[in-house]
Amino acid sequence: MELASEVIAWFVDPVNWQGIDGIPNRVWEHVQMTAFSTAAAALLSIPLGVWLAHRRIGGVVVVAIVNIGRAIPSFAIVAISLPISIRLGLGLGFWPTLLALLFLAVPPMFANAYAGIAGVDPALVEAARGMGLKERQVMTGIELPVALPIVLAGVRIATVQVIATATLGALVAWGGLGRYIIDGFSTQNMAEVFAGGLLVALLAVVAELLFSALEKRATPVGIQYDEPIGIPK
Amino acid sequence: MRSFAQASSTGFRWDWVGNNLDDIWDRTLEHMLLTLIAIGAGLVISLALSLVSLRWRPLYQPVTWVTGVMYTIPSLALFAFLVPITGLTITTAEIGLISYTLLILIRNIVTGIDEVPQDVIESAVGMGYTRRRRFIEIELPLALPVIVTGIRLATVTVIGLVTVTSLIGLGGLGFFILRGLQNFSSPIGTTQIIVGTALSIVLAVVVDLSLAGVERLLTPWKRRKVGV
Repeated sequence: MELASEVIAWFVDPVNWQGIDGIPNRVWEHVQMTAFSTAAAALLSIPLGVWLAHRRIGGVVVVAIVNIGRAIPSFAIVAISLPISIRLGLGLGFWPTLLALLFLAVPPMFANAYAGIAGVDPALVEAARGMGLKERQVMTGIELPVALPIVLAGVRIATVQVIATATLGALVAWGGLGRYIIDGFSTQNMAEVFAGGLLVALLAVVAELLFSALEKRATPVGIQYDEPIGIPK
Repeated sequence: MRSFAQASSTGFRWDWVGNNLDDIWDRTLEHMLLTLIAIGAGLVISLALSLVSLRWRPLYQPVTWVTGVMYTIPSLALFAFLVPITGLTITTAEIGLISYTLLILIRNIVTGIDEVPQDVIESAVGMGYTRRRRFIEIELPLALPVIVTGIRLATVTVIGLVTVTSLIGLGGLGFFILRGLQNFSSPIGTTQIIVGTALSIVLAVVVDLSLAGVERLLTPWKRRKVGV
């Protein structure tokens, strides 16, 4: 149990709580990057998914997006983002990481938004139309609230994947918690590697639990569905 | 920054591909082997845990809870836990890869068995099938499509995750992606990233379609046209 004491020593060392490479800053960077990329991807993908599903356009495309999204390794997405970012003149670090995370977060949120709206009971939509609701009201007043848990499940899956993959940002010279793992590997500091792993895992599990609770709250009583799962990254 | 842009705009280096065909083939094989071991071992463990969960129902929730947590932990974090203990070895890689197959496989096995129509099971019981024979000859074949769907999902997932094991000295085709990241300022680096990415996607798609074909072969009754 030498490792355990080394990890504890790493955590109580005041050096690891200060400055750019300190735990508070690295956690903050990780959370910020996750929030920013997930929110931006949500704004891009959810309204589009909801609208396309409401109009019943492009079901085949959605399936294709999900399948391709599954087949592309997240590690590859991060790697490809680097030459793209450099070619666009955006350089190393922040931008290639953000590009990769955006690309990663869009498919699960888009697919869930689409599937959620497309899966709303047609009788419900018919009834709403029969009562004279306008199309926009049907979409925002009926379909969206009923589909909300599934839409939120997409956000949860995307967020957890983004937290996991942001770790790889350290490979393209970004900060975040991946720094501890990557730097620890290269300096053979296994306590640092382990501690970094612990922090990332904790963040991922906390995000998962937080969003699961949110989904439960958003689920109207009486509606139950199989909880969709994402791809581990 | 400018020199990077100029260097990486010279395009894809086919000559690098030509000069490294042996290496590319070896890494493809490594990729397949790492995937095969993970899916094989993952299936054995999942089948055992599914049988236990089906027999003792209250155990199903804790099983999915524990495998769910394993599923949520980022792969790099998991390797970070394992490397200090099991080192930069294939054991580390496989423990990580296997742990990501469990939730998908167990869920699909248990759901598949649960969805076998009750009247079919009752017929089997009425015909005098023992519990064991009923499971092997009736329930398992009928659950096969759902189980194969799980295997396909798990396999595509593992093929993607194998690339991450390049960080612990393995990686299959991910080896080229990591090399490319290290040489990112040269056109060869970009070529390596593209080759590693493209081939792992091709591998995932080919294996996925092959498994879909296997499923068709194993479930001939699903192909029979109704009313013919």
